Amino acid sequence: MSGTENQMTGAEIVLQALKDNGVEHIFGYPGGAVLPIYDEIFQQDEIEHILVRHEQGAGHMAEGYARSTGKVGVMLVTSGPGATNAVTPLQDALMDSIPLVCISGQVPTPLIGSDAFQECDTVGITRPCTKHNWLVKDVNELARIIHEAFRVAQSGRPGPVVVDIPKDIQFATGTYTPPSAVPTQKSYQPKTQGDLKKIEEAVALMKSARQPVIYSGGGVINSGPQASHFLRELVELTGFPITSTLMGLGAYPASGKNWLGMLGMHGTYEANMAMHDCDVMICIGARFDDRITGRLNAFSPNSKKIHIDIDPSSINKNVRVDIPIVGDVANVLEDMVRLWRAAAKTADKARLDDWWGSIAKWRARNSLAYTPSHDVIMPQYAIQRLYELTKDRDTYITTEVGQHQMWAAQFFGFEQPNRWMTSGGLGTMGYGFPAAVGVQVAHPESLVIDIAGDASIQMCIQEMSCAVQYGLPVKIFILNNQYMGMVRQWQQLLHGNRLSHSYTEAMPDFVKLAEAYGGVGIRCEKPGDLDDAIRRMIDTPAPVIFDCRVANLANCFPMIPSGKAHNEMLLPDEATDEAVANAIDAKGRQLV
Amino acid sequence: MSAHLQPTGSAYFIAKETELAETHTLSVLVDNEPGVLARVIGLFSGRGYNIESLTVSETEHEAHLSRITIVTRGTPHVLEQIKNQLERLVPVHRVVDLTVRAAGLGHDRPIERELALVKVHGSGEHRVEALRLADAFRASVIDANIEHFVFEITGKPSKIEQFIAIMKPLGLIEVCRTGIAAMNRGPQGM
Repeated sequence: MSGTENQMTGAEIVLQALKDNGVEHIFGYPGGAVLPIYDEIFQQDEIEHILVRHEQGAGHMAEGYARSTGKVGVMLVTSGPGATNAVTPLQDALMDSIPLVCISGQVPTPLIGSDAFQECDTVGITRPCTKHNWLVKDVNELARIIHEAFRVAQSGRPGPVVVDIPKDIQFATGTYTPPSAVPTQKSYQPKTQGDLKKIEEAVALMKSARQPVIYSGGGVINSGPQASHFLRELVELTGFPITSTLMGLGAYPASGKNWLGMLGMHGTYEANMAMHDCDVMICIGARFDDRITGRLNAFSPNSKKIHIDIDPSSINKNVRVDIPIVGDVANVLEDMVRLWRAAAKTADKARLDDWWGSIAKWRARNSLAYTPSHDVIMPQYAIQRLYELTKDRDTYITTEVGQHQMWAAQFFGFEQPNRWMTSGGLGTMGYGFPAAVGVQVAHPESLVIDIAGDASIQMCIQEMSCAVQYGLPVKIFILNNQYMGMVRQWQQLLHGNRLSHSYTEAMPDFVKLAEAYGGVGIRCEKPGDLDDAIRRMIDTPAPVIFDCRVANLANCFPMIPSGKAHNEMLLPDEATDEAVANAIDAKGRQLV
Repeated sequence: MSAHLQPTGSAYFIAKETELAETHTLSVLVDNEPGVLARVIGLFSGRGYNIESLTVSETEHEAHLSRITIVTRGTPHVLEQIKNQLERLVPVHRVVDLTVRAAGLGHDRPIERELALVKVHGSGEHRVEALRLADAFRASVIDANIEHFVFEITGKPSKIEQFIAIMKPLGLIEVCRTGIAAMNRGPQGM
C-alpha cells in the first residue's frame, strides 16, 4: 500500500478498523458528535448498523450478541447522554466479563472542558465501569487504539472498553495502520497457560478426593466451546458431581448424569449440600460471589479448594484457596484431562459411591418442588412447559432480573454453552429483551426467547420498535404476577410483609402494547391453554409479547436466607409463612 | 437444615476482620499515559482501600514510564488484593510490595525518604533556636528574610514529623511534603 492509500479521515479509520477486527454488526444511536461516523456507515454495506431506541438497549444487544457468539459486541453512541446511557450495560458487561467495544463521540477537542453542548467526561465516567478506556487525541493514534481496544476487550478476562473520539478527530485525516502492524501494549499481556506444577498438584488432590465437587462458572463459557468440551471430558473421566453458577449454565449439559443443578442462593439442595460437605472443591472460572457462598465463614468448611481463573485478582478475593491456577480455563482443563489420563494409577470411581449415595439422598428432597394448580398457571410450570416445547429447537434464552430469572435457571435445561444470556453480576432489570434482540441479530434463524417479568420488561420495552424495524422475531415470555416478585419476596422475608411499592397498579395491556409496536400479543391465563399458546408464540414469525398470567404470590425456593450457610437452606415444603417471616434474624436484616 | 436456623450475618456477609492491619509501601511501574493516576487512585477509592501517601513522577522519559509509590494500610489479605487489582489495570507494568520484598531480603523495611519544605516565622529569640534545630536535623535554609525561614529537609517520614513538631512552638507557618519515595536496598531493581 502506498502512503496516500493509508490516508483516511478519522471516521473512515473507525469503519476500516471495525472491519479489520471482524465486525459485522454494530448497535447504536446517532447524535451530533458521531455524525461523521454515521456518514461513513451510510456509505458502506459491509457492516450492518442496528438502530436502537435507547443507548442502554444498544449495550445489552451488544452483550447478547457477544455472549451468544463468542465475538466482541460493538456499540456506537454519541457524546453526553449517549455515553451516560451506556454506563449501565458497560458495568453489566464488566461484572459478567462480556467483551464489548463501545465507541462514543465526543465534542471537538478544543471544546473539551468548556461544558459544551452534550459534553460529559466520558472517560472519567466510564473509567470504573470498563476494563480500559481511551480518549483519542490524535487521528494517527486512532487505528492503533481501536485495534488495542478489541484486543483488551476479548483477551484475558474479557470486558467492556470505551474509545471516546472527539468530532474533530473524526473529520481529521491521518494514517491508517492495520491490526497486524500495531504493537500491543507491553503492560497488558495476560497469562493464559496454567502453571503445570500447580495443575499436577490439583490432579493429585482430585485423585485422592472422596467427596469432590466441581463448581464451574461463566469463565468456562467465556473461554470458548473448547473449555466446555474439556469440562465435559473431565467430568466423564473423574465421575465427579458438577454444579454451576448462574453464569455457567450450559457448559455441562443439564441432562448429564453428574449434574447437580445450579448452586447458590436459589440453587438446588443437592448442589449446595455437596458444596458444603465436599472434601475437594474444583472451582473453574467462577469467582466465589456472595450469592454463591452464603455465609463466608461457614462456606464449605472442610474442603481443599482448587481455583482456576484467568484473573489473578479473583484468587483469594473472597475465599482462600489451596491450589490457585491462573490461566485460561480451556488450556488448564486440557492439561488437567491429559494429566488425569497419564497418571499411572487411575482413580477408583467406587471410592465416590458413598458420596453419590449422600447426593442421592439430597436429590430425593426434591428441592425444586412446587404445588401444581389446575386453576392458575404456576410460574415454574410455565417455564417447564416452555422448556418442553422448545428443547428440540435451536433455542436461545435471555432473562431479565428477578424471580422469573431464578425460575428460568432452575427449570430450563441448558444443554449447550452460549445459549443462556442473563445479567448475573449487576442484576440489571431491562437486560433480557435487548440482549435477545442482539442474539437474534447474530442468529436470525434461531428461536430467541426473553423470559421476563412484568416489571423488568418495562425497563427496555422501547426496543420492540427496533425488533419490529429489523424483522427480528424475538419472543418475550412475561411471567406476569403484577408484582416485582423478588422485591416482594424480600419484603416478606425482611420487612414484615410490608409490600412497599412492589405492586404494579397500572399494568399496561401487553397484548395491545405489542400490537401498538407492530408485533403480536398473546395472553394466557389458564394452565390448560398454555401449551397451545406457547406453540402459537413459537410459530409466529414476528416479535411476540406473551403475557403469561401466573400465580401472583408464588415465591422462589429453595433459598439460602440472608446470612445463612449452604446447609441452612429454606426448602419449599418448609417455607410456611411463619418460616419465611422468621428466616432472617434481626442482625441479618440490618446487613442485607 | 432450615429447622435449626442459627443467628448469623447476612447474604452480604461482612466478615469480622481478625487479621491486623499493616502499613506497606508499594512501587507501581506504569505507562505514563493520560488518566493513569486517576485509574490507580480510582481503584483505591472505589474498592475502599487506604492511601496514606502517594508520589508519582516520570522515571524513564524515553520509555514513557512513571513510578508511583503508594503507602497503604490493610490486612495481609487486603494488601494482596490491592496488588492483584493494580496489576489488572491495563497500563500497569509491575507492582512490587517493597515492604514484603524488604522482609525477604532480611531488611526491616525499604529505604523510604521524603522531602519537606517548612516555613517558620523566625524573629527574636526563636530565630536562633530555629536555625540551631534545623542544623541538628540537617535541614538547609533555602529562603529567608528577617521575619522567616524556609527550610528544606529530607529524611525518613518520622524524622520529618519530628522536625515539624519541634518547629510548631517556634512559629510554624506552613508545610509542604512530597510524600514517600522508596526503593529496596541491595543491587536488584524492582
